[in-house]
Amino acid sequence: MTLQAFRKQSASSRLFRSFTGIEQRIAIATLAIGLLFVGVDAARAHEFKIGAIEIEHPWSRATPPGAKVGGGYLVIANDGDSDDTLVAATLESAGRTEIHQMSVDNGVMKMRPVEGGIAVPAHGKAELAPNGFHLMFMDLKQPLKQGEKVKGTLTFAKAGTVDVVFEIDAIGAMPKHEHHGDGDMPGMKMEN
Amino acid sequence: MTRRRIAAIAIAAVVALAGSAVVGYQLSDRGASTALRTGIGGPIDLPATTGKRFSTADLGGKPYAVFFGFTRCPNICPTTLSDLTLDMEQLGPLADRLQVLFVTVDPERDTPDSMKDYLSAFDPRIVGLSGTPEEIAAVAKAYRVYYEKVPTEGGDYTMNHTATVYLMDGKGELTGTLSLEEEQPTRVAKLKRLAESG
Repeated sequence: MTLQAFRKQSASSRLFRSFTGIEQRIAIATLAIGLLFVGVDAARAHEFKIGAIEIEHPWSRATPPGAKVGGGYLVIANDGDSDDTLVAATLESAGRTEIHQMSVDNGVMKMRPVEGGIAVPAHGKAELAPNGFHLMFMDLKQPLKQGEKVKGTLTFAKAGTVDVVFEIDAIGAMPKHEHHGDGDMPGMKMEN
Repeated sequence: MTRRRIAAIAIAAVVALAGSAVVGYQLSDRGASTALRTGIGGPIDLPATTGKRFSTADLGGKPYAVFFGFTRCPNICPTTLSDLTLDMEQLGPLADRLQVLFVTVDPERDTPDSMKDYLSAFDPRIVGLSGTPEEIAAVAKAYRVYYEKVPTEGGDYTMNHTATVYLMDGKGELTGTLSLEEEQPTRVAKLKRLAESG
């Protein structure tokens, strides 16, 4: 528990003591417990799990009008004792989805389909990000718009298929943990 | 893949590497306002998103920034266009003193019309250029831009291409480059120097 949450809790227990009637106390306690669960849910809101595989924050970028492709990014954690492989993915608004790898070699951007999927080692992680492995959403039926949530699936060789939701960030947005901007770097309206 | 094809790719890679090394070396100790005399660059005259042909000859000595990409590019092209849009916003009125050009390396699928739609998400001053495959090949050659089709599933393809933004002075000579790895203040400073050189 964070210090902030602890402080909040002790403040609320002081508040709690100010209520005298037993019904009042029960009502407040019920409300507090309810709120606690809401908090936990919010913190976990953008994680998905299947078997030993946990998927953190699947996201994509808004696409310009008429764009036919988009990229899909996420972090996969494998808590299990055996390796697994991300072998396929889908996005509701894409005709099809492939797994690609992007690299920049002496100023040349290179893109290649990844054969055999992306390995997620036992007790390890695999990251799909704009400048490396990523999902390539092709034949987009409509542009991806910032703020939208788009349904999709991820299929693992062992864990099976899991439903996920891709959050659409700004054009040019970077992964939250990288140092490119402050994490919410909007592609079009950054102020700094 | 035949040996000849492998050899051709290897030679192309070595040439690209050598070119980048020369540019990189020269950029490391020279500012963006002096011509680098690399021989990179040349006049551009292509059908544009403006509905007319665009010619660098009509720029009247205005410097320009040009990069090559395609609209079915998931990452580097929209990111570069988005970066340039933010950079131009930072430059304010100075941005009017340079021209930003986006040349497709996929002219079979990117027409001036479809590029116009695509570019509407970015700074309206950015001009998109397409043309016949031969016209694009000639411009790419002049700018030492490497591009090739990469087949994907279902008979589709994507493109590998040089992603550098070339900064060209009013005489059409290369004075510097922008790359994706640079932070915004660096890019803005380079574009500012370029705009002021015109």
